[in-house]
Amino acid sequence: MRANCGLVERNDEELVAAVCRGDTASFEALVRKYQPRIFATARRYARRESEVEDIVQEVFIKAYQKLDTFRGDAPFEHWLMRLAVRTCYDFLRVHQRNREHAFSELSEPEQDWLERFVQDPDRAPEDAEAARALVKRLLDMLSPKARLVITLLEIEERPVKEIAALTGWSVSLVKVRAFRARAEMRKCLKKLQREQYL
Amino acid sequence: MNLAKLQEKLLAAARLDRPSDAVPYAFEQRIMARLSRVAQESADLWTVWSRLLWRAAAPCLGLTVVLVGLAALSGALQGTPLTLGEGLETTVYAVLTEPAD
Repeated sequence: MRANCGLVERNDEELVAAVCRGDTASFEALVRKYQPRIFATARRYARRESEVEDIVQEVFIKAYQKLDTFRGDAPFEHWLMRLAVRTCYDFLRVHQRNREHAFSELSEPEQDWLERFVQDPDRAPEDAEAARALVKRLLDMLSPKARLVITLLEIEERPVKEIAALTGWSVSLVKVRAFRARAEMRKCLKKLQREQYL
Repeated sequence: MNLAKLQEKLLAAARLDRPSDAVPYAFEQRIMARLSRVAQESADLWTVWSRLLWRAAAPCLGLTVVLVGLAALSGALQGTPLTLGEGLETTVYAVLTEPAD
């Protein structure tokens, strides 16, 4: 990768070592390289752009402060992603708003999409804006643990072992939490069914 | 309503909805500015803390001198054993000697 001066190519480990030696400017190259990935990750958990920016900023500040704990056993990218996922999880725990948000406030396109699904499940398109809005609503209703595990396992389709590494949970704990998260999701959908169709 | 199918559909919709990786303009510069501020703040904290310690040292020393002076004047230090051995002996035998007094 190109260092901030644009003349010498330095890899992540070299940049990390330079930052640890006190060359703060080298950290900018790391930020520039990884910020798109961190932004994409943060956008999975936060809706408002200001919240996304706060998360990304926190991830990089934590990374800078904890850089001396990076041992280099795994790639820097993995270490940074672990930090990002944990920061997003902390964000979810602090901002547990909308969890009691009822499905009774569905927009008209969302209601239409559901109507279409009830009539013929195969006719309701998955790529519709209404379906995306509905799933965001559903994810907002989940507990932070459930949301995190559903996002990593079902939406990003990561293997259980990788989720364990990212979250710091054991493999069996990830499996248990995934099972509970699916049940929680089903419970939210039952609520939707009760509110809309009973 | 088939809830399992609905769950499957909604998760499929979420999979298709890939979040953007767009970065606001000059965001890395914002991070670097924030980092220098954080470093400065933490340095400032140490400076404030050390200044407070130095300021507290003089009154503490003064108070110690005053207390020692007062103790000497009131005679509290009189009869203090001269050696550590004597002091220990006095303390250990204090309980035994008290009833006799």
